[in-house]
Amino acid sequence: MTATAVSAPGGQARRDGMWTRVSAVLWRRPWARATILLTPPLAWFVLIYLASLVVLLITAFWQINPFTTNIERIWSFGNFTTIFTSSAYRGIILRTVGMAAAVTVVDATVAFPFAYFMARIASPRTRTGLFVAILLPLWASYLAKIYSWLVMFTHDGILDWSLGKIGLSQIHLIYTNWAVFAVFCYLWLPFMIIPVYAALERIPPSQIEASQDLGGRTWRTMREILLPLALPGIVAGSIFTFSLTLGDYITPLLVGGTSAQFMGNVIYSNIGIANNVPFAAAMACIPVIIMAAYLLGARSLGAFEAI
Amino acid sequence: MMITRARITRPMKITMALAATSLVAAACSSSTSSNSSSPGTSSAGPSGLTVPTANLPVLQKIGKGEGQLNLIAWEGYLQPQWVKPFEQQTGCQVNGKYAGSSDEMVALMKDGGGGQYDMVSSSGDADLRILYAGDAHPVNINLIPSWKQFFPAFQSPPFNTINGVHYGISLQWGPNVLMYNTKDFATAPTSWSVIYNPKYKGQVTVPDNPIQIADAALYLKTSTPSLGITDPYELTQPQFQAAVNLLAQQRPLIEKYWDLASQEIFDFKNGNAIVGAGWPYQVSTLKADKFSIGSVVPAEGATGWADTWMLAAKAPHPNCAYMWMAYISTPKVQAEQAINYGETPDNSQACAYMNQMQAGSCAEYHANAPLSYLASISLWKTPLATCDNGKTDCVPYSEWVSAWNTEVK
Amino acid sequence: MEPKALRVGLRIWVVLVLAFLFIPIILIVLYSFNRSNIESWPIPSFSWHWYNVAFHDPQVRSAFLLSIRVALYATVLAVLLGSAVAFALYKYKFFGSEAISFLLVLPLALPGIITGIALNSFFSFTGIQLGTITIVIGHTTFCIVVVFNNVIARLRRTSGSLAEASSDLGARGWQTLRFVTLPLSATALVSGALLAFALSFDEVIVTVFTAGAQNTLPLWIFGAIRLGQQLPEVNAVVSIVILLTIIPVVLAARLAGAGAVTRSARGVPVGEAGS
Repeated sequence: MTATAVSAPGGQARRDGMWTRVSAVLWRRPWARATILLTPPLAWFVLIYLASLVVLLITAFWQINPFTTNIERIWSFGNFTTIFTSSAYRGIILRTVGMAAAVTVVDATVAFPFAYFMARIASPRTRTGLFVAILLPLWASYLAKIYSWLVMFTHDGILDWSLGKIGLSQIHLIYTNWAVFAVFCYLWLPFMIIPVYAALERIPPSQIEASQDLGGRTWRTMREILLPLALPGIVAGSIFTFSLTLGDYITPLLVGGTSAQFMGNVIYSNIGIANNVPFAAAMACIPVIIMAAYLLGARSLGAFEAI
Repeated sequence: MMITRARITRPMKITMALAATSLVAAACSSSTSSNSSSPGTSSAGPSGLTVPTANLPVLQKIGKGEGQLNLIAWEGYLQPQWVKPFEQQTGCQVNGKYAGSSDEMVALMKDGGGGQYDMVSSSGDADLRILYAGDAHPVNINLIPSWKQFFPAFQSPPFNTINGVHYGISLQWGPNVLMYNTKDFATAPTSWSVIYNPKYKGQVTVPDNPIQIADAALYLKTSTPSLGITDPYELTQPQFQAAVNLLAQQRPLIEKYWDLASQEIFDFKNGNAIVGAGWPYQVSTLKADKFSIGSVVPAEGATGWADTWMLAAKAPHPNCAYMWMAYISTPKVQAEQAINYGETPDNSQACAYMNQMQAGSCAEYHANAPLSYLASISLWKTPLATCDNGKTDCVPYSEWVSAWNTEVK
Repeated sequence: MEPKALRVGLRIWVVLVLAFLFIPIILIVLYSFNRSNIESWPIPSFSWHWYNVAFHDPQVRSAFLLSIRVALYATVLAVLLGSAVAFALYKYKFFGSEAISFLLVLPLALPGIITGIALNSFFSFTGIQLGTITIVIGHTTFCIVVVFNNVIARLRRTSGSLAEASSDLGARGWQTLRFVTLPLSATALVSGALLAFALSFDEVIVTVFTAGAQNTLPLWIFGAIRLGQQLPEVNAVVSIVILLTIIPVVLAARLAGAGAVTRSARGVPVGEAGS
C-alpha cells in the first residue's frame, strides 16, 4: 500500500492535496494514528480517574483533627489498624462480601433460564419485546424503586396484606437483611440478564445440533456445551452484581434495619457525616482490593469479551 | 484483519508514569490544606482555640440580590409557605440541600461551604466546629433589624457569637420529643424509661446519631443519680460507658434507627414503631395527615437544639444571604415556622402572630415563657475533652462517634 | 430441540421474572395517585393532585433540565472517547492493550461510592469547585466503558476484510473510517449512547459526591425522600419519566438488541463461533 492508492479518478487527489499528505503520513506511521485516538481517552483516565484513586489511597494514610475534622497530613497506618483489629468492622466486611456473593448467585440463577428463553426459544418479535421489558426498569428511578419495596415490605404493607388474603401469617420483612437481599436481587437483575443473553445468543445453533447428533440429551447438552460457553457472560454479569452490591449504601439505609451495616454505609457515613475522610478512604480500599482480585479472576474466565 | 504493531507503547507509558508521579509529588508538597492556622487572630475559645475568620470584613450595606441562594437546612426549615414569598419579594431563588444531622452540616460546610453554599441552619453542637474550622463568616448584626426583638438569651449566645463577633443569626429552638402512638398509649408516657422498656421490643425508634448518647446520659442523670451526671454532654469515662451500655441494651428493642426524618414518619404511620425519640417536625407532619400521634417532654427533661443561620466563609451570594436573615427573623415568619415545625421562635414579638394563626400555639410552643422552659432542655453542644469545670477527663466527640458505630449499632 | 415440558416451564419462569421486575414499577405509578403524602397500604384516596404539583414545581423542572444537560454532555464525551479507544484497540495490538481495557472497566467494576469519593477528594485537593462540570466528569468516566464495550464487541463481530476492500478500492484512511467502519458500528454507537444516557440520567451515588449545591433529578428525588412530605410527587415525576423513555428504549432494543444481533449472528460462520 503506497500513497499512489489515493490518486483516484476525477483529480480528487489534486484538490485535497494537504489532506492526502496528512493521510499518507498517518498511513505510514500507524503509531501516530493510534496516539491520536488513544491520547484523549487515556489522558482522561490517567489524569482524572487514576489520579483521583491515587489521591484517595494517599488520604487513607492521613488523620483528621478531632474537633474541626479538617484533614491533617500526619502519616500513619492508624485507619487500617482500626479496621482490621475491630471485630465490628471485620464483621461488616464479611457481611458485605457474603451479601454480594448471595445476590450474585441468585441473580445468575434467575437470569439464566430467562436469557435462555430469550436467546433460543423466543421469536424475534418476542425477543425485542423482552429486551424492552428488561431495559425499561433501568429508566425508573433507582430511589423510587427501592421505595416501592419499602411500601411492599412494611408492617401491614402489600406483602402482609396479600399473605393475609391467601390465609398465611404475616412475615415482617422490613428492616431486615432479607429485605436488603431481595431489593439487591431486584435492582441488579437486568445487569445480569443482558450479558448472559448476549453470550447465549452468540452460540450458533449448529453447535447445539452437533451435540445432539452426537447423542447428547437436553440436560447434558446444557451442562457440557451451553453452560461453559455462557460462562463468560455469567461472569461478566457477576462483575456488576458483585460490585454494585459491595458499594451500595442507599438500599441498606432505606430498607435495612439495625443489622444492615455494610461497607458502603461505613464509607458513606464517614465521608458525609463524620467527615472522617481518611478513615472512609481506608475503608474504601477494601472493596477496591476485592474487586481488583475479582476482575483478575474474571478476565481469566474470558468475561471481558462478554461484557 | 489489519493488525499493526504500534511502537507508541513505551513513550506513552513513560508519560503516564510521569504524570502520576508528579501528582503524587504534588500531594506530598502542596499546601492546599484547609487546616487553617490563623495569622494573629484574637478570639479565644475552648482550649484556647481561635476563630480563623474573625477578622474578615463584614458587609456594610445590603446590595442588590444575586438571584440565587444556596442553603443547607434541616428538613422542614424551607417550606414553600415562607420561602415562596421571600423569593417573590427579593428575587433570590432558594436552593435547599437537606441535612439530617449536625455532622452532615459540618461536612457540607467544609472549606467555607466550598464556594457553593451561602448559609447553614446549624445547631449549637455544629456551630463551634464550623466556627473553629474557619468555615463561617462574621455577620454585621446591624443589617438585621429584627435582631433587636430577640430574647436576650438568643441575641449573642455563645454558640454563634465569639468575643462580640457574630457569625450568624439565631433562628429557633426546640426539644427532641418523646413521640408515641395515642392508640397504643392511653395516657402520655411520663418518663423516657418507656423507650428502654423491653416490653416494646421491635417497636421503638431513635435517631441514628452519636449525640443520642447524651439522651441516654440525661435519662441516667435521674434514674441512676449515683453516677453523678450533671451535664449530659460532659461525661467522664465511667459515665460515658454507662450511657453506651444502656444504648446497647436498647438495641434489640429497635427495628430501625432513623437517619431521615421521613423514615420516622413512615414508621409511625405504618405501625413499624409506636414510641420513640424524634423532632417536632415529624409530629407536625403526622398530625397534618390526621394520624394518632402524640408528643411529650417527659419528667427527666429532654435534649434539644438551638439553631443559627450561619453565614459561610465563602458564600457566593452574600446579599441574598443577608436578605434571608432579615426575612427569617421577622416576627410573622418566625411564627409561621414555629407553628409549622413545632418549635420555639427566638423573636419575642412572634407570640401574638402565633396566636392569630393558630389559637393557643404561643403557649403550646412556649414562645412566651422561654427561660424556665429553656432550663429544662439540654441544648446540643459538642462534647469536648475539656469539661466546663476545667478538668480534662471528659470524653470527646470523636469517641462518641466510634462508640456509636461499633458498640451501639 | 427442547422438550415440551422445559419450554412450558421456561415460559412460566419468564412470566414470573417479568412480574418480579414490573410489580414495583406498577406500584410507583399507582402511588403517584395517592392523595395522602405519607405512603401506606391501602391507598386512602386517589387524585391527580401530585401530577399538578409536579408540573408546576420549578425545582423539578430545573433538576430535570440539569439531568438532561449532564446526560447529554456525558454521552457525547463518552461516545467520542469510548469509540476512539475501541477503534484504536481493535486495529492496533500492542503491549498495553489488555491493561487499557482493564483500566477502562474500573469505573463500572469498582463500586460507585469509590469513584464518588475518589473524585470528591481529587476535586477538593486540586481546588476544582463542585458544579455541573464535576458532575459531567464523574458521569463521563463510567459512561466511556459502556460505549467502548458496545463498539468493540460490534467491531470484533465485523469482518476485517470489509475495511481492507475499501482501501483496495482507493479510499483514504479517514474515508474508510467514515464510509465503512462508522456505519458498520453505528448501531453499536447508538445503543452504547442510549445506555450511557440512561446510566447518567438515573445516577445518584457518584453524583452525591460530585455535585455542588445544584440538584439533578435523582438528587432532587433523594431530597424529597428525606423530607417525606411530597413522596407521591416523586412518584408522579418518575412515572412521567418512564412514559417519556418508552420510545428511546424501544429504539435501542430494535437497534442493538434482538434484531441487529441475531441478524449478524446468523452471518457468522461456524468456525468463528466462540471467538
